[in-house]
Amino acid sequence: MINVVWFLFIAIGVIVGAFTGNIEAVTDAAVSSARTAVDLSLGLIGVMALWLGIMKIAEESGLIKTIAKALRFIMVPLFPDVPEDHPAMGAMIMNMAANVLGLGNAATPLGLKAMQELQELNPHKDTASNAMCTFLAINTSSVTLIPASVIAIRAAADSTNPTEIIGPVIVATLASTIAAVIAVKLLQRLPVFQIKTENLEEATK
Amino acid sequence: MFADVVNVISKFAIPFILLTIPAYGFFKKVKVYEAFTDGAKEGFNTAVRIIPYLVAMLVGIGIFRASGAMEILVNLVSPITSLIGMPGEVLPMAIMRPLSGGGASGIMSEMISTHGPDSLIGRMVSVMQGSTETTFYVLAVYFGSVAIKKTRHALPAGLIADVVGLITAVLVVRLMFA
Repeated sequence: MINVVWFLFIAIGVIVGAFTGNIEAVTDAAVSSARTAVDLSLGLIGVMALWLGIMKIAEESGLIKTIAKALRFIMVPLFPDVPEDHPAMGAMIMNMAANVLGLGNAATPLGLKAMQELQELNPHKDTASNAMCTFLAINTSSVTLIPASVIAIRAAADSTNPTEIIGPVIVATLASTIAAVIAVKLLQRLPVFQIKTENLEEATK
Repeated sequence: MFADVVNVISKFAIPFILLTIPAYGFFKKVKVYEAFTDGAKEGFNTAVRIIPYLVAMLVGIGIFRASGAMEILVNLVSPITSLIGMPGEVLPMAIMRPLSGGGASGIMSEMISTHGPDSLIGRMVSVMQGSTETTFYVLAVYFGSVAIKKTRHALPAGLIADVVGLITAVLVVRLMFA
């Protein structure tokens, strides 16, 4: 699916660009997007290091395990393939907590830490596991209590009540998170999304 | 009052975490400085590993946006979205949201300055921005960081969630404020 979508972005972009006279803009966009991607990645180094460092302290002190144990009634049904005392559980909880509080720049490093832990459990290293897909879907739809950056923009625009959107945001993210969990659990049963045996052979090589 | 509480939480959440985790570690006799640096050294490798995935994703989306294909897509989809009460002005935001965080944030700021933060449109774009994530970016970064190329059902599930979130945003704002 990702191959088709990616190809369509480029194919439609170039063809439409040629017809609408935007072809030079397409060229510029390709070059500048590539640079932006590197800037964004490298820009993550500092904040990644910071949160991975904090996470390591939380891990060694046993805090992560304690939190994971407290929330296992949610985590075990969502991630049945992950052992309940695995560090992946704690890292995923930390990431979700950061998302709920609207702490975007802490959420990404914590999420990547969780992905690393999930990858340890993954027998097919180039293929997403069910747990990874579930985690990603929950992550992109994340329940949010405090959309901090939006509130800041609204306040700057002199809204009479910048925080009035919190209620609607909670409802919308609850709906999307429920949809994400249902979608991911149903889709993972579809034959198209099964892990193919050729991948299996690759993985065992 | 409510606004103040939210403000305090957003201001103090990170300092609070930065204090409590090392403090807990310290009392549990963890060598906090050593543990921190041990964890932090992974930061560089992770960031570098993401680069190829993010370049691929952002170039694809960048080309698509620059070509004017977004406008065509908006025209194609608008008859459907107007059925659920989404104003035409809000649709570009809904389409941009999963593709580009910066792009969506730009549209939101523009809508808020044109229509006002307390207009129906201003509220709708605010809720959309606050309630959904940049799915394509998250997918590239999260899977890229562990070199996963075959993403299986993650993208369709993420997009289904986005559509549900965006539609709910429209409906809830209509219900609460219209």
